[in-house]
Amino acid sequence: MKERILQLTGIQAFLAPWISVIKGEEVQKNVQALLKSYIYPLLSILLFIGIWHAGATYLFNKEATAKIEKARTERGEAGALEMQNCIISGDVSCQPNTLPSPAKVWDAYLSLLADHKIISAKKDAFDLKVAKTNEKRIAKGQDPITYTGRPSFVDQIKTSLKTVFAGFLLAAFIAIPIGIVIGLSTTLRTSFNWLIQILKPVSPVVWLLLVFMIVKTVMSDSDMDKSFMISFISVGLCSMWATLVNTSMGVSTVDKDFVNVAKVLKLSIGQNIFKVVLPSSLPMIFTGLRITLSVAWMVLIAIELLAQSPGLGSFVWEEFQNGASDSNAKIIVAMFVIGMIGFMLDRIMMVVQKMMSFNK
Amino acid sequence: MAYLELKNVSKSYGTGKDRVEVLKDINLTIEEGEFVAIVGFTGSGKTTLINLINGLEFPDEGEVLLQGKPITGPGPDRGVVFQNYSLLPWLTVAQNIKLAIDEVYPSAPKKEKQEMIEKYVGMVHLSHAIDKLPSELSGGMRQRVSVARALAMNPKMLLMDEPLSALDALTRGTLQEEIVNIWGEDRKTCLLITNDVDEGIVMADRIIPLNPGPKATLGPNFKVDLARPRVIAEINKNDVYKHLRNEILEYLIDVGASRSSQKTAQYELPDLKPVMPGRIKWGFRKKKEKLQYF
Repeated sequence: MKERILQLTGIQAFLAPWISVIKGEEVQKNVQALLKSYIYPLLSILLFIGIWHAGATYLFNKEATAKIEKARTERGEAGALEMQNCIISGDVSCQPNTLPSPAKVWDAYLSLLADHKIISAKKDAFDLKVAKTNEKRIAKGQDPITYTGRPSFVDQIKTSLKTVFAGFLLAAFIAIPIGIVIGLSTTLRTSFNWLIQILKPVSPVVWLLLVFMIVKTVMSDSDMDKSFMISFISVGLCSMWATLVNTSMGVSTVDKDFVNVAKVLKLSIGQNIFKVVLPSSLPMIFTGLRITLSVAWMVLIAIELLAQSPGLGSFVWEEFQNGASDSNAKIIVAMFVIGMIGFMLDRIMMVVQKMMSFNK
Repeated sequence: MAYLELKNVSKSYGTGKDRVEVLKDINLTIEEGEFVAIVGFTGSGKTTLINLINGLEFPDEGEVLLQGKPITGPGPDRGVVFQNYSLLPWLTVAQNIKLAIDEVYPSAPKKEKQEMIEKYVGMVHLSHAIDKLPSELSGGMRQRVSVARALAMNPKMLLMDEPLSALDALTRGTLQEEIVNIWGEDRKTCLLITNDVDEGIVMADRIIPLNPGPKATLGPNFKVDLARPRVIAEINKNDVYKHLRNEILEYLIDVGASRSSQKTAQYELPDLKPVMPGRIKWGFRKKKEKLQYF
């Protein structure tokens, strides 16, 4: 099982050349493989960072020159000199606001980590302090006191993951059963096709507004987390279409031989669905789920940004509104984190998908 | 009364211009316990014929009667062995067979079902592979599972649609013998569809050629008067066998030839003049012809 997971994730293929080189098997061939799978990707990363750095430096200089010129026209030569010195000294108050360089982004990443450490330490201290009071409150049947301070970057990531999984599960629970029902019946498929085709391309923003209209009324007097509800339901509704279409497609295109077997064996509807239709369409369903998860992660950021629910999206938006000297760098950090988590989610789904598919 | 009876059965696919009449006026009677083989070219409508009998398709005209009653759909009284095995690749051998047993004996206790599965797997000599997936089996083994699945429904009649045509000659020989042996135990009514005359002679009591379609009809009956068990190595030298084989082959080749001669259409050749090398004019270029690179 462990080996199979290693193999499916591609970790095994990734590590294989190292292991072989260390063992001394077919050294020349494996060194070439090493070059191909490590050195060239590394070079491409360096190239990317180099271009980024050059571009950021150019933009920085341009912005700095513009600032100095502006100071000159407003306050004369002395003002220009003052501005120039201020920029060179690296003072926070007068830094040009533009694309941050890789080094600044790295610094911002470290500062975010440090910030997380401080906040979690505070949280632990708080929890320790209120532990006794909470016990009493719970005994009395009251809600425990929770930490309500500013969430750290890592907390935001956790909230986002929670929202995306809730949305993904909602999408799966809606789309797979409907997909199966629609796939089994040509009549249903043709009668609901228009609805699917029209709703599929609707933008995440519109879904959010629609969900907002409904949830606002339905939950007007409930004390549940409304913004979380709105964001995860809209994520689910945006992303479920890929699974719905793929499931109905997979179910309606079951191999004719299998359909004939089911008919000849006179399988009941339940047996037919669970023994024939579902297993044969599982690969398609999981392809759909994989697309759904990546779409969910993609729209999540936009939806959080608009729904004001905590998470990476609102982190990005707050940083943009904030306009501090390292805000831009933090936005770029968030961008990479979002990208990497998306990549990881896709990999996980790929492994599950491969484990579920059968070979004929 | 005949066990299975086809009366003036016709079947066609498509409508209007694309309409293809596959079968036309098929008359066939099979007695209980009889082993009948239908031999024909590929594409002559053999699979359509067997689908009419197993209830996956219905005739346009005429009727298919099973014990005097028209067939309304597939049923456990007719076990089918498909040409391409049609095992469910995500189920093991035992689970594939259990699917059939569950349908016929839905309320049997678990232990009894397990015993039945083992019995049928043993019947086709696959006890060692009972927990394997179809993808781990060879073609011959897969077809044995398919036979076991058909038998597990305990059908009154066994329908086989080119069961061995995808196998190599050696495996085919052993499987032919095995199927005949299993058939010999309780003498079920059997209908074999095949494209191999030898296979028909080795296995069946009666061979009926299917004249190639469209509008395929059945040819005359050829009775096989060879004592069972028939061993291929022995009957190869038998004069009756040789005579019968030649007779059927000649009949099939004759009808095949007459069909193909009817089909021949007149093709008009295009009127082309070859370009002779000496007639190319050098230095003559068409105008407005620019090379475009993008």
